[in-house]
This record gives sequence, structure tokens and C-alpha cells, in this order.
Amino acid sequence: MRSKLLAVVALFAVLLSASAHGADPERIARGEYLARAGNCAGCHTAPGGEAFAGGRAVASPFGTFYAPNITADRATGIGEWSAEQFWNALHLGKRADGSPLYPACPYPNFTRVQRADVDAIYAYLRSLPPVRRSNPPHELSWFVSARPLMRVWQWLFFEPGEFREDPAKSGQWNRGAYLVQGLGHCSACHVERNAFGAEGDSRTGRGGRVHGWYAPSLYSRAEAGLQGWPLARAAALLRHGKAGDASVMGPMADVVFNSLQHLSEDDVLAMATYLAALPERPVEPAGREPRLSQAQRDTALELGRKVYRDHCQDCHGDEGQGSKAAPRLAGNRAVAMADRGNLVQIVRHGGYPPSTAGNPRPFGMPPFYQLSERELDAVITYIRRREG
Amino acid sequence: MTRLISVAGAFTRRAAILTLVGMATASAAPPTDSIEQRVQPCLACHGETKIDLEGGYVPHLAGKPAGYLFNQLLNYRDARRRHRAMEYMVSHLADDYLWEMARYFAERDVPYPQPAGEPMSEAQRARGQRLVRDGDPARDVPACQACHGERLTGVQPNTPGLLGLPRVYLMAQLGSWRVGTRRAAAPDCMHTVAERLSPQDIQAVSAWLAAQPVPAERKPAADPVVDPPLECGSVALPRP
Repeated sequence: MRSKLLAVVALFAVLLSASAHGADPERIARGEYLARAGNCAGCHTAPGGEAFAGGRAVASPFGTFYAPNITADRATGIGEWSAEQFWNALHLGKRADGSPLYPACPYPNFTRVQRADVDAIYAYLRSLPPVRRSNPPHELSWFVSARPLMRVWQWLFFEPGEFREDPAKSGQWNRGAYLVQGLGHCSACHVERNAFGAEGDSRTGRGGRVHGWYAPSLYSRAEAGLQGWPLARAAALLRHGKAGDASVMGPMADVVFNSLQHLSEDDVLAMATYLAALPERPVEPAGREPRLSQAQRDTALELGRKVYRDHCQDCHGDEGQGSKAAPRLAGNRAVAMADRGNLVQIVRHGGYPPSTAGNPRPFGMPPFYQLSERELDAVITYIRRREG
Repeated sequence: MTRLISVAGAFTRRAAILTLVGMATASAAPPTDSIEQRVQPCLACHGETKIDLEGGYVPHLAGKPAGYLFNQLLNYRDARRRHRAMEYMVSHLADDYLWEMARYFAERDVPYPQPAGEPMSEAQRARGQRLVRDGDPARDVPACQACHGERLTGVQPNTPGLLGLPRVYLMAQLGSWRVGTRRAAAPDCMHTVAERLSPQDIQAVSAWLAAQPVPAERKPAADPVVDPPLECGSVALPRP
């Protein structure tokens, strides 16, 4: 009798702990989807490493952060964390011991995420096999190396708060706003950060910088804004990485490949709805292009024309009209944008847009390592010649 | 060893630039909606018209087993094999597309120039040849021929040929296997082999292989190796 009773108690204990750990398969599947939407693995998986076991270096002006292990390993991961502690991390920017998280983790975005969704992500992470992998210490500049300083940062720049629906707007707009502001953490790259690494008080309207690329502003049609785009086209760009003439390259290609292509059509359409409705703001150029005398400009254009004829024209057309294999350059906003950094990246290093269901076999841009700095600069001046 | 790798690295940069300058004048434009057009970014470095075996670092791709090329593309994408430009190029390409690219290069049949014959001491030649043909049983080093084929032109489906490759490239690969910047599916037999080789072995075997003429029949052997000396995880990796 006693042993039976014990067995029943044990069974209950197992069931109880299983439910506390969110072993519900539906919730885990939801958590997996949401972890995709947040692209958690983008930082928390090292190149060639095990999923979510951490170790990827995240470069910043303040030093290099190493995204920690978020598998359920007790010693090196978050195996000892309760659901409450996980919520505190995403919602309040607090570590399990209560100390502040560095905002290299975009909790200023994740604070918008609702509790049920955070719990689902927690359940999903707990459902994965724990991986023992110690977290390398961050390599930070001395002036931010004292973690308690982040309390001051949070006091100045961080306001926790779940997303609240705007009843005046459509359900689709609200769903999009929730995803873009929260898990999608689009602003983490697409909004310029101030001297303290915080977004939000940008007076220039500029986008941000990531991995040597410029993440263009989502508030300007001249940059990456989707205002005025047909919704289906905007959604296709986000989900397939290509829509008509437009495609994504560089870090955004990774975002589409690892995150956006896995989201439901409805969710991506909702994100497009919200992004297309963002208010428009002019972008103040970061610095003036080097001022050239007429003679210098003529020399650059002449060299640029020659480089263009030799290397670009076959695919992009003699007038920059583009072809099936290569985008149009004339009137292309990626070409015309005030910041020419991305053009330098694309011409020098080439690259492919992501291969996705909607664009499984993307054409790519060859790298041009052999061009001198002068030739590279000249060909960019040449393809931008109509942009003033 | 580190010096060997850094020397190879320095070669890489110089040679990559040389090769690129060579290919800059591309041949006739391919049809637009074709796989040839889609691999233009690859050809920027892996050009076929001016394969430069002397100073070049970038390896040729034509005629290698498709399974081998596919595995390398996955290794780059998933960072088991480290090379900045390659990782960047393939980091968001899907398996099916990478397989199509691998098949394209595997089916190419382009003539190879004969090696120029870089200077090599008699001792190096003897050591290199012995390692390739007999291995070194005392240290449990199998012969290259035991797995890469009698003619050293590779074995279907996943084992690459070793001829027609630049010496610096071969040296850099063996060095990378030792330090773990090139990895393959477990058990990673080439890591095991490279660990048993001394830097002098690596220099000798690379110099010897790079000096061999590329045979007229370059196709990888069709039949799998019977009773291979080491177990290799990548030999039987599936295709998409």
C-alpha cells in the first residue's frame, strides 16, 4: 500500500515537473517558431557550433560580446533558470542573479513580447538537449567593463513594457507592430544608436551599422522604407529575400534565411503592413561625399566608365537597366542611397541573396577583389552619376 | 606548424589576387537563366580559363566528385571549414542549390596545364613519393593512394583527387586539418592523418603531389575503396 502510494506520488511529481517545464508539444512548437522569429540562434549559436550553445562573437563599438549558452545545461547554460528568471531577462534585462544584461542582447525590443510567448520560448529551449559549453568572457572597453554601470544605462535608456494593442488600428497592423517591435528586433540594426549604444533619440533619421554594413532607415522611401509598396511585394521581399527588382544582401540576407522565411505568410504580411505604415522621416546624410572639382569628377567618371564596361555591363546592361541575372542600377535606391558603404561591400565582396522557397536559385554578384581602391571608388561614382 | 600556416596564408592572399587579375577578362557571356550564369560569383576566383598551378592558391573545381564539392559547400556554410570569402558566399544558400552548383562543377571537363615543377630536393621527392604510395606504416600513416585512388584522381562519390592542385593549397589544407580550421564529418580521418604528419612530411607530400602531371583520364574512380585503412565519416555522406 505504502509503496503504491509512493508510486502515485512519484507519478504526480513527474507529471507536475513535466508540465512546469512546459513539456506540452504544442507550446514547444510555438516556442520554436517564436525563437525563429527572434532569430535567437543568430547570436546564440557559434559558427559551426551546436544550436543555442552560445559563443558567437558580436562586435560593437564597446568591444566584443560573446552570446552565452542558452541551452538547458545546468552548469554553463540556463538549466537552473526558472521561467520567471527567463522572463526577467527578456522583459527586464536582468540576469538570473539580478545583475543587468548588456544591451547587446536586444531586450529593449524583447521587453515588448508577451509573457505567454516568452514562456513558450523558455519551454522550447528547455526541450532541447543541454549542451555543456562554457561562455567565453566578453572583451569590453574598460569604460563599460563594469557591469553595474548597465543599471545607469537601463535607468537612462530602457523602459520595460509589454506591447499594448492600438484599438484604432487593424488586427494585422497590431500583429505586425508586435513582431517588428518585439521579437523581430528590426530597430536593433535599422535605427542609429547614440554614443551610449542606445536607440530612440536619433535626430538624424539614419539607420544603424552592422557587420560593416549600413542597415538603412525603415522610415524613408529613399532607404529601406516600405511605404507606398504594394503589401504583397513588401511581404515577398521580407519572406523570399526578393521581390521584382529588389533583393536583400549582406546581414539582411542572413535574417531572411535564418528567420523571416520560416514565418507564416500571415505574420510576414502583418509585419509588412506595419512597416508600410511607419511615418516617413527624412534621413540626414552622415557625411558629405568628398567634394571633387569638375576635373577630378571627370577623371573619376572616365575611369569608372571603363571599369563598368569591363566588369559590370555584361550583366547590369550598358545603361544600368539590369537583366534577369542582375538588378537595375539606374534609379535603384540601394545605389542612390546617401550612404555608399553597402555599395563598396557589394562590389568588393559580391554575394548572393538568400535562397528561399520564393527564390530558391538566386543569381549572385561576383566579388571584385582585383579592383584598386581608386577603381572601386570610380565605378561607384560612375553608377551614382545620375544621383547628383 | 603555425609558421607553415601563416606562410600559406600569405600565399593565399597574394595568389588569390594574381589569379583574380587573370580571370578578370571573362569569356563569352553565358545564357542568362542558366546555372553557368548563377555560378559567376564562384568563377571570379575559381576561373577555368587561366588555371594557375604555379603561383595560384585557389583550387580548381572542374571534374571533382560532386559529393565532395557539395560537402565542402556545406562545411563552409556551417563553418566546419573556415575561409572568410567562402563562408560569406554560401552562408545563406540552401542545400538543393549548393548541390546544383556542385554538380555543375563536377560535370565540367576542361583541360589542365601540366605542372611547372617547383624546385624540390631529392630527399623531399623521395619522402613525398613514399608517403603518397606507401604511407608510413611505422606511424600508422596510410598511403594517399589507398583512399584517393590509384591514379590519385579521387573516388566517387565524395573523395577528391589530389592532382592539379597548387602546392601552397595542399600545404594549407593539411595544416588546417591539424589545427581544426578544416573539419569533416566524424570520424574525421584527414584530421587523424594530418596529426600524424610532421611539418616536413606535409611539405614533401604537397611538393610531390603538386609536381605530378595531371593524367589525361582525370575522372574519379567509380568503384568505392575496398577495405579503407581509416574510417571516414564524409565518404558516405548522403546527397540532397
